Amino acid sequence: MPAIAWIQMLVFLLVLMALVKPLGAFMARVYEGRPCGLNKPLGWLERLTYRAAGVKPNQPMSWKTYALALLLFNALGGLVVYSLQRLQGSLPLNPEHLGAVPPYLALNTAISFISNTNWQSYNGETTLSYLTQMLGLTVQNFVSAATGMAVLVALIRGIRGKQADNIGNFWVDLVRSTLYILLPLSFILALILVSQGVVQTLSPYKTVALLQPVSYVQSTTNAAGQTINKTVWVKQQVLPLGPAASQIAIKQLGTNGGGFFGVNSAHPFENPNALSNLLEMLAILLIPAALCYTFGCMVGDTRQGWAILATMMIIFVPLMVGCVWAEHAGNPTIAASGVNQTPSALMSGGNMEGKETRFGVTDSAIWASATTAASNGSVNSMLDSYTPLGGLVPMWLMELGEVIFGGVGSGLYGMLMFVIVAVFIAGLMVGRTPEYMGKKIEAFEMKMATICVLVPPALVLASAAIACVTVMGTSALGNPGEHGFSEILYWASSTGNNNGSAFAGLSTNTPFYNLVGGVVMWISRYFLIIPTLALAGALARKKRVPISSGTLPTHDVLFTCWLVATVVLIGALTFLPALASGPIVEYLHLWR
Amino acid sequence: MAAKSTSLFNRAIARRAIAESFKKLDPRIQFRNPVMFVVYIGSILTSGLFIQALFGHGEASPGFILAISLWLWFTVIFANFAEAMAEGRGKAQADTLRRARRDTMATKLAEARRDATAETVSATTLRKGDFILVEAGGIIPADGEVIEGVASVDESAITGESAPVIRESGGDRSSVTGGTRVLSDWLVICVGCNPGETFLDRMIAMVEGAKRRKTPNEIALNILLAKLTIIFLLATVTLLPFSIYAVHATGHGAPISVTVLVALLVCLIPTTIGGLLSAIGIAGMDRMIQKNVIATSGRAVEAAGNVDVLLLDKTGTITLGNRQAVNFIAAEGVTVEQLADAAQLSSIADETPEGRSIAVLAKERYQLRERQLSSLQAQFIPFTAQTRMSGVDIVGHNIRKGAADAIAAYVSELGGDFSSSIRAAVDEISRRGGTPLAVADGMKVLGVIELKDIVKGGIKERFAELRRMGIKTVMITGDNPLTAAAIAAEAGVDDFLAEATPETKLKLIREYQQGGRLVAMTGDGTNDAPALAQADVAVAMNSGTQAAKEAGNMVDLDSNPTKLIEVIETGKQLLMTRGSLTTFSVANDVSKYFAIIPAIFAGIYPAMGRLNIMHLATPQSAIMSAVIFNALIIIVLVPLALRGVKYKPMPAGKLLLQNVLLYGVGGLIVPFIGIKLIDMALVAMHLA
Repeated sequence: MPAIAWIQMLVFLLVLMALVKPLGAFMARVYEGRPCGLNKPLGWLERLTYRAAGVKPNQPMSWKTYALALLLFNALGGLVVYSLQRLQGSLPLNPEHLGAVPPYLALNTAISFISNTNWQSYNGETTLSYLTQMLGLTVQNFVSAATGMAVLVALIRGIRGKQADNIGNFWVDLVRSTLYILLPLSFILALILVSQGVVQTLSPYKTVALLQPVSYVQSTTNAAGQTINKTVWVKQQVLPLGPAASQIAIKQLGTNGGGFFGVNSAHPFENPNALSNLLEMLAILLIPAALCYTFGCMVGDTRQGWAILATMMIIFVPLMVGCVWAEHAGNPTIAASGVNQTPSALMSGGNMEGKETRFGVTDSAIWASATTAASNGSVNSMLDSYTPLGGLVPMWLMELGEVIFGGVGSGLYGMLMFVIVAVFIAGLMVGRTPEYMGKKIEAFEMKMATICVLVPPALVLASAAIACVTVMGTSALGNPGEHGFSEILYWASSTGNNNGSAFAGLSTNTPFYNLVGGVVMWISRYFLIIPTLALAGALARKKRVPISSGTLPTHDVLFTCWLVATVVLIGALTFLPALASGPIVEYLHLWR
Repeated sequence: MAAKSTSLFNRAIARRAIAESFKKLDPRIQFRNPVMFVVYIGSILTSGLFIQALFGHGEASPGFILAISLWLWFTVIFANFAEAMAEGRGKAQADTLRRARRDTMATKLAEARRDATAETVSATTLRKGDFILVEAGGIIPADGEVIEGVASVDESAITGESAPVIRESGGDRSSVTGGTRVLSDWLVICVGCNPGETFLDRMIAMVEGAKRRKTPNEIALNILLAKLTIIFLLATVTLLPFSIYAVHATGHGAPISVTVLVALLVCLIPTTIGGLLSAIGIAGMDRMIQKNVIATSGRAVEAAGNVDVLLLDKTGTITLGNRQAVNFIAAEGVTVEQLADAAQLSSIADETPEGRSIAVLAKERYQLRERQLSSLQAQFIPFTAQTRMSGVDIVGHNIRKGAADAIAAYVSELGGDFSSSIRAAVDEISRRGGTPLAVADGMKVLGVIELKDIVKGGIKERFAELRRMGIKTVMITGDNPLTAAAIAAEAGVDDFLAEATPETKLKLIREYQQGGRLVAMTGDGTNDAPALAQADVAVAMNSGTQAAKEAGNMVDLDSNPTKLIEVIETGKQLLMTRGSLTTFSVANDVSKYFAIIPAIFAGIYPAMGRLNIMHLATPQSAIMSAVIFNALIIIVLVPLALRGVKYKPMPAGKLLLQNVLLYGVGGLIVPFIGIKLIDMALVAMHLA
């Protein structure tokens, strides 16, 4: 692995860590309703929103009311996205005159966007009108992210509450997340991206002349059965355009990942150069990482937040380095055919198949790791072409339950479920009824936490199992053998964990994949949110046990390691058989 | 207890346990334990597959399926055995107790007087509120309260303590237990409970585990184990479609057989902890009983591990029962010898421990021999609550000793005067935690005797240990705050409640509980009952009143207040054993994957053989070794489950590190060695 790869990784991580504290502290202020600096310019808008919607911001909700408000809001959002797609043909802002999106695809896309998965079965530039992109997808990019953050904040209130019956107000959390955090950050990022060449326009697609016309041979058979070869010259190209920058900013910041264009961030109009690439990579992990600090601030002990962030980093960094290393190592089969894969002054070397020359191996592999660690799912290279181990890293990062950074809000509340399981076992080992932040972890908490830990792997395994033994499943495969299995497993892992990253190679725009994927994404999102809120409600009602030397510390090195072990062990034990029959055996076959 | 069988594997218990392990194969019993129920179903399933294979339609050789099936049955039976062993020890003790519950005859009185009309009835007909008379040699037929008489009672049937105890009406020694024997004199007893609800009955039920309900922690752990089982169930079940796909894709090999999938599943689900879980709980109760503490529920034992505030009575727990004289401080113009002489004279007839200690101190320090009261023609003035003084009148001397203010009042009445230096000495003694007793001869104050509470040896270290465990100790005393503070400092308790009354005690407990703390206390008197009922862990002394025993959730048969500390340790040990074995069980899975994954894919993906890092002989021997290891580890860990993991007081962080290294890291490594050894043994026996 070249030295520059190490430097790139280091720069990326250092900038990310430097941003954690300021943004984290800012978000804590926003959620606690303390002055955050934006109250003057935006406060009127917040109040206006409440007045217009008839929300009483000072009225706290029980967990059930909170959950109901959330579910209704999301259901309504889903309905809007679905209707927009079905009716876009007769709606304005559709310069390409795109027709109605087919029902299965529309359903899949609607669930995909309200659940913050942003799985792309559609191809943006050929399927969706500008109106659908802006009013449907972009809006959901904001509010699905804000929903995740709201659930996290509700859980934090539950953890720190003292025999309270409420966990906050969903509407307030939703509005504050969007207005003070997501909108300003997106605004800044979108402007920078535009400055780098990301498009932002409402004008129709442009047809341009190619600088270098290309030719290909077209074979046809005439009436006599003879094959006639004809050379065809292509001199023109259609450039898809649209209001991309505004959507891409929130797509990265809100761990959404659904691209404006079909090839997502590999498209030069989404991600034109190394700087835009670095900024977008930072944007992917920024809020999930900073929320750890927010958590620490809000529970009154920042060490607790740092411990969780450390846990994420301890798992993330080796996996990211592993991915970069695996891609730099190249492919022995290609090497055997005489292709030079060693880095030199003229080329980055390594496994360049499916990667953009703008980014090379390192930035592609860092991106792949970051986007799957966070439940973002945007891609700047084709994961299907990764080496077996290079592809295993993003797959396993998702299978860990999207808790290593994970989605905005959802990653941390998912991680807190693992914390509760880890605290439970560790608490028993020190001979006390386990407690976290002074809240006793008893049967009900255990039930809710284990549901959250159990649901995603159950969905992944079940949907992968169905797909790999049905014709509907296997007929969509782009590759045979164990690599084909990896494609299915990757799809299942991505939808089952609300990531949305695609391995490619699997044609998922079929009724089967659209329907199964839609159901899986829906369950994985809401059957985690409901137990999480129930847990928040239960914790809020509990007394807070004061800390003594008999209390298990949850902020020290030992507990951090224990948490790492819990997450890794559960992830490994659940998926080892599946991974063995996919990427692991592929690796064993390639490296004999 | 009469039969304290401390050896872990008593042969008779083991024999009974083996029989029980087969009886427990009843599906209704198996259903209660989700993890082992999965193994149970797997055993039945593989047995069916074996029969199918016998008729030539099997998915593998009948021998292999039979071997797997048998070891799965062994896994279930081993888990049953562990539970039966734990129960067996309790059952043996229950049998001993039952012998004490013979059907006795009782003398029922019409009224609560010894000379009331009496009739002889069977003890089983006695009801709450009946009055009975028990005379020397008679067995007390039911639990109750003494309302008349004093008698020595042999309680060895319950406590195992052969020395008789005194039971009398009124006060804190008025409760009697059914099944105990009156040795001398007689008692009139008001029956305190109906048949079947006696202390003995409850005790038998407890040690037998008949009414054992799952404790809150056990329920939570069961949820975790059930969810882990579901995850592993999915991970194994989906291997079938995955392997079908792989067979299609590669064109060789065969899908994984159901037998192998069941074997993998059983290896992965947490059978080690699942199989030993109830044994751990029962053994925890049993260890309490070994310590002569009867808990009314497993919940109480578990709560003991969580205690963070300990309320301890000063007298008897922190200090020796009585104060002792430690110093004489003479007034101006009086020699210490004169004071000691007067003090000794005044105490000659004083038979209280304090009085004796004054005489002893005078003799030891000033070589003053004790004199006979009769030879001095002295007249002894006894202590009364009104005068709060005692003393002696000898010709020409009226010696009085008593509380400082009582003596001050006495001398000023006679025209004398309590000098400021004496006053200062009195204050100084109080501040040091002692009790000052002033001595006067007529109107002249001779000086002050310093009485002191003697803190029990080793108690300070015990409290330091508790502090390391994160437990706060609070001393409860009737003393004034000054004295209490001094003793608290000397004993090393964290806090104290001075001038305690039942109300302030109750209030203190409630305050701690409001703050989210769990409070433990011991008590014996009726006035302790409200506080005992409020405390989370309340240990009543067996010597205490019926009310106290009813209010507490544990009874200490030895009536030793410091036992509370051991109770807490046992509670912690119980939880630690569960946590450690859960960690061990899950950590074991890593090696099992390395044994089984290469084996099950051997036919489809031969390249997977490179993951066989243990170099197990054949795919079949690899699967067999993992299954056998999984079954045997249950038996190997039975002693640990029954004895509990070792516990030493230390901060939580340290404790976690120790257990993670031992059971987590150990759990990763041990099965690699175990499975390899079993595989080698199979090869050696030509079974591979």
